[in-house]
Amino acid sequence: MTDFDATDRAILRALSRDASQSAGTLGRRLDLSQPATWRRIKRLRDAGVISGTRLILDREKLGFGVTVFLGVKLATKGRISLEDFERAVTAIPEVQTVEHVLGLYDYRLRVVARDLSDFERVLRRRIMTLPGAGHVEANVLLSEERLPGPLG
Amino acid sequence: MLDDTDRRILRQMQADPDLPLSALAGRAGVTAATLSRRLERMREIGVLLGKRAEINWQALGYTIEVSLRITLDKTQSRAFDDFLEAARKVPEVIEIQTFLGQVDVRLAVIARDIPHYQEIYRARLLTLPHLADVEALMHVSRIKDNEVFPV
Repeated sequence: MTDFDATDRAILRALSRDASQSAGTLGRRLDLSQPATWRRIKRLRDAGVISGTRLILDREKLGFGVTVFLGVKLATKGRISLEDFERAVTAIPEVQTVEHVLGLYDYRLRVVARDLSDFERVLRRRIMTLPGAGHVEANVLLSEERLPGPLG
Repeated sequence: MLDDTDRRILRQMQADPDLPLSALAGRAGVTAATLSRRLERMREIGVLLGKRAEINWQALGYTIEVSLRITLDKTQSRAFDDFLEAARKVPEVIEIQTFLGQVDVRLAVIARDIPHYQEIYRARLLTLPHLADVEALMHVSRIKDNEVFPV
């Protein structure tokens, strides 16, 4: 791991909230020149610390009223292939994230739907029919907040 | 509220948020003037809220990520408020979600390694107020992580 100082962490904090600000604007707030800020951002990107940019959209205004997290346990392990499950689940457009986890469940999925009946359709037609899907637990998202994390 | 042109723009923007506007107009099949008008309108009605940089905590030395699924003692009327307020103060907590279902709250927690995680877990997390039950899921890998909306 390369060393990053307090200024780098301040840049990360700022960009993780708002990535649309220019190096000039960000630099002025941190008392850095535009080229110096730009170089630091480039270094953070090159080192993979900034792995990409995400669009922030209002999911309700986009028409996705329901977000559900599913814990999926695979049925008979060993008889089914993880790759088959992963390939099939990744292809479902309503499934936004797929995480392989250790513990009570094997996979954790984030699913968006227009409303509860739309979610039921996705669950029945897409999720329950996945190769190897066993027990499924659902939790409906009420609120969500991202925190800056340990950036000093 | 959104028409096919808006949706086409949003699909292209979600696929590559760093795309310059001229290239975005080309991919979405609209003129630069139409694009800027549509973007302006989507910002005005609050669909398009902005952009954020995605931090790769692994590259910063945080190799462990754990999902803590928490049940609260709901006989306490301030259980949610007290718990959330205290959880926000733990620097290693990077995400807080509340649910309707078997789980009340989920915390995403990062740590440098297993001993570091144990330290945070014992000193900062098990001591959070109104905690009734905790289950941990250790992240192995992210198979899909684009959070794209199927517009």
